[in-house]
Amino acid sequence: MWSFSNIANLVHEVLAEHFNPAITLAIEMVIAGVSVIGLFAILGLVLVIMERKVSAWMQIRLGPNRVGPKGMLQSLADTLKLIVKEGMTPNGADKLLFNLAPFIAMIVAMLLMAPIAFAKDLQMWDLNIGILYVSALSSVTVISILMAGWSSNNKFSLLGAMRSGAQIVSYELSAGLSALAIVVLTGSLQISEIITSQANGWWIFKGHIPAIIAFVTFIIAVTAETNRAPFDLAEAESELTAGFHTEYSGMKFALFFLAEYVNVFIMCSIAATLFFGGWMPLHIGNWHKFNHVMDFIPSSIWFFGKTFFLIFVIMWFRWTFPRLRIDQLLDLEWKYLLPITMFNLLLVTAVAILGWHF
Amino acid sequence: MYRETEILTRANQSTAHESEDSGDLVINVGPQHPATHGVLHLVITLNGETIKNVEPHLGYIHRSIEKMCESLTYRQFIYVTSRMDYLSAHINNQACALCVEKGLQVEVPQRAQVIRVLMAELTRIASHELWWGAMAMDLGAFTPFFHAFRERETINDIMEETCGARLTMNYMVPGGVMMDIHPHFQQRVKDFIQLYRKKIHEYDELVTGNIIFQNRMKGVGILSAEDAISYGCSGPVARGSGASCDTRKYYPYDAYNKVQFDEVLETGGDSFARYLVRVREMQQSINIIEQLIDNIPEGDFQAKTKAVLKLPKGEFYQRAETARGELGVYIISEGGTTPYRIKFRSPGFSNLSVLGHIARGCKIGDLIAMMGTLDLVIPDIDR
Repeated sequence: MWSFSNIANLVHEVLAEHFNPAITLAIEMVIAGVSVIGLFAILGLVLVIMERKVSAWMQIRLGPNRVGPKGMLQSLADTLKLIVKEGMTPNGADKLLFNLAPFIAMIVAMLLMAPIAFAKDLQMWDLNIGILYVSALSSVTVISILMAGWSSNNKFSLLGAMRSGAQIVSYELSAGLSALAIVVLTGSLQISEIITSQANGWWIFKGHIPAIIAFVTFIIAVTAETNRAPFDLAEAESELTAGFHTEYSGMKFALFFLAEYVNVFIMCSIAATLFFGGWMPLHIGNWHKFNHVMDFIPSSIWFFGKTFFLIFVIMWFRWTFPRLRIDQLLDLEWKYLLPITMFNLLLVTAVAILGWHF
Repeated sequence: MYRETEILTRANQSTAHESEDSGDLVINVGPQHPATHGVLHLVITLNGETIKNVEPHLGYIHRSIEKMCESLTYRQFIYVTSRMDYLSAHINNQACALCVEKGLQVEVPQRAQVIRVLMAELTRIASHELWWGAMAMDLGAFTPFFHAFRERETINDIMEETCGARLTMNYMVPGGVMMDIHPHFQQRVKDFIQLYRKKIHEYDELVTGNIIFQNRMKGVGILSAEDAISYGCSGPVARGSGASCDTRKYYPYDAYNKVQFDEVLETGGDSFARYLVRVREMQQSINIIEQLIDNIPEGDFQAKTKAVLKLPKGEFYQRAETARGELGVYIISEGGTTPYRIKFRSPGFSNLSVLGHIARGCKIGDLIAMMGTLDLVIPDIDR
């Protein structure tokens, strides 16, 4: 069957014919890097226009409708504007940290793309600790936010960074523990193995109640981890004007902005991978005819369909809920989510040992 | 100007002094800040996220309306007052017109009285709609703002048809109203009531019933009835604390003694109580409109008055219930064509004064929510 690995192998063979192995490897890495940057940019543009259209739809508005067909090129125009704009560095700011922070945010978002399987055999780096890698790297985001808030020499930024630090560090726990539930069921941290383990059904269906609990807690935790409403306390525009990126302008602001959206995409794709089988089509046990029909839909459509559905859910949160207060936010994590996820982990371990799952 | 500079200098000195001493964080919220809905300047002393002290600084939008009124005739000065509390422009005008009428001892025709009440109640609904949207926005929810504006637009359209303007209507004049209502007025208002009844459940589903919203509002910013009275609060802020103060009930003016309505009272005293008062007040306004819309008496819409009005020598006071509370108009006349001195008792000023009291010990997020429930209109505070 047609697959992305065919293309990859073809490219590799062509390159290997003409160049020596070291140069081949270098060229391949450049290709991968360029495609990551391209994907980063495209995802940012697509998600921004999606957010604006979703919010317009919920708010009885039309949304952007002037640039391009139905306003679809609006975010491209905005990006152009932001690139041309002057990126100001305020007096009294720590110049090195101030200018470094948005790049760290961006680099983290790019690195997080490595283990994600976008389609069958389309994965940059199938490392054996995939979930741990994602969990570890996603908490590096907090460093860029703290850096931005501290170096801006602005009290609003500092408060935003302070909140963000408390928030991301706390919710990291629930996100990790919820993801572990699926790791326990699969018995592997590797993304490709997690996906293949769902060949006869997605974990959200196979894993009984623990999987559903894990999914709900995971979605809540990643919403908080990516600083999205109702957990957008780090930005909280009605309280802190713009939180940690108050002083940023031009492309440096845009990098934070894009990184936020790409982080949302990555977290949703991880959720889709863990609970909805990533690129795996909807399979029901041994019903081969049905499974065969489902296989006709390309795997990339399955992956992006699931991911964008979850992104839509997170956008839905943002345009419906008011914001939590900082103490309520921490209460929710330490008093409710963490005990629930820990208990759920025990439950899922029992289910896995007793073989109750399908 | 001198005073303002002096106050600011003093504030800067004191804040610098405090922050050096105790390591507190002092932040300036405003004059340009998304949550202040205008040019209010709050100097907040923080301990981490907890508020130790709030100090409002006023004067950024002071246009000396009271002084301007002294050089305008009794017909002209009413138009300036639309710019005080621009969200209840009708009611400001009404209070001024009533005060002038009191001095002239003019009997306002029944028709004009009913039209005035209808307009005032429509204004109240429009004002509360805007507040409701802005309140949710202060808490970080954007969508309610647009839903509120959907209904508010209908009211603005009704105003535009009859008064010729959408925000600062200048429709009330001494002796009645400026012109008769538009032929479609009654039908449009009935359509609006129908639309409102159809959509009101969305407000509860989207905001009032939301668990996050309730957690944010309940038990914060508690204002006791005694404090509300001693700070001079009025309107929904005082009624949320259980202090009964509806001017429409106690000192009925125009056609208010002819309609049945309840004074909305909540006893909680917290942000949620103030929120509920306003939401329920919209309902009461709808009731008042429903009672009057089919019973607008025939007759003149304006009493016969002289072209140049001259108030007799003396002092005149009139109060009216705006969407924010009790507005007092105090005119001292020397018998000329312009007032000798005019003073407005604006509800927003007194309501703002409790902010420092109720916000102490709360978090920043709560302060923003409290400011939302006080429903501050800055031009009303500064005048």
